[in-house]
Amino acid sequence: MVPTSWYLALSAVLFAIGAVGVLVRRNIIVVFMAIELMLNAVNLTFVAFARQLGSIDGQVIVFFVMTVAAAEAAVGLAIIIAAFRNRPTVNVDELAVLRW
Amino acid sequence: MGPITFAVLATALVVSALTVVVHPSPVKSAMALVATLFLLAVVFVFLGAHMIAALQVIVYAGAIMVLFLFVIMLLNLSDDGAEARHRGRVVFRLGAWIGGGVLAVELSAFFLRVPFPEPATPPAGYGGAEAVATALFVDYLLPFELTSILLLVAVVGAVVLAQRRTA
Repeated sequence: MVPTSWYLALSAVLFAIGAVGVLVRRNIIVVFMAIELMLNAVNLTFVAFARQLGSIDGQVIVFFVMTVAAAEAAVGLAIIIAAFRNRPTVNVDELAVLRW
Repeated sequence: MGPITFAVLATALVVSALTVVVHPSPVKSAMALVATLFLLAVVFVFLGAHMIAALQVIVYAGAIMVLFLFVIMLLNLSDDGAEARHRGRVVFRLGAWIGGGVLAVELSAFFLRVPFPEPATPPAGYGGAEAVATALFVDYLLPFELTSILLLVAVVGAVVLAQRRTA
């Protein structure tokens, strides 16, 4: 039986990879995918703790995280399409109209 | 799950996650993300979360990734070298990788030091559809109903945002 801490360490590594992806990539869609990666790393933490504590609550929270991620992906990609129509680029450096 | 299975799965997960982040082509990044999500579903099965694993494949690897691929296709994105041309300062990228590495090592070192007791054997049916649904429709009924409003808002919002302006 693999101890819970190994799963938590794995999820920490996945989260860090996702965070680096948000920082280094310039393509806004790949930045989005990196955010999904971070959400999934957190889901792994929830499921690992649910097994550790012998409760089902963590798995229910994962269900809610998936719902929020689906809503976020739908709205976010719609925003990307709307922005692309105004200015045909997916480079986050060029989509800086709102930057102060 | 034995340590060897875990090591194989964890290595595959880290490699596919890194591919998502470093591959210049968005389509191949998306494919690597699908692989990552599938591997995570396998990990969920080993953790006894069968229902969540099924949802992971259907909702994430199915629905959400199809959405991503559709947008990539719609915007006709490919690796045209734009990523290489707009990489930003080398110092910044290096700093991001070092910061991410420090975050991963720090968190892992912390977690690996926590002496978790061996978890008790879960009851029969743990993580199955019935167990998750019972918790969802009894203890979490109000949040569950609220997610339907969230999804409705997301659908309306996506349609309004992505539609063509007819002036």
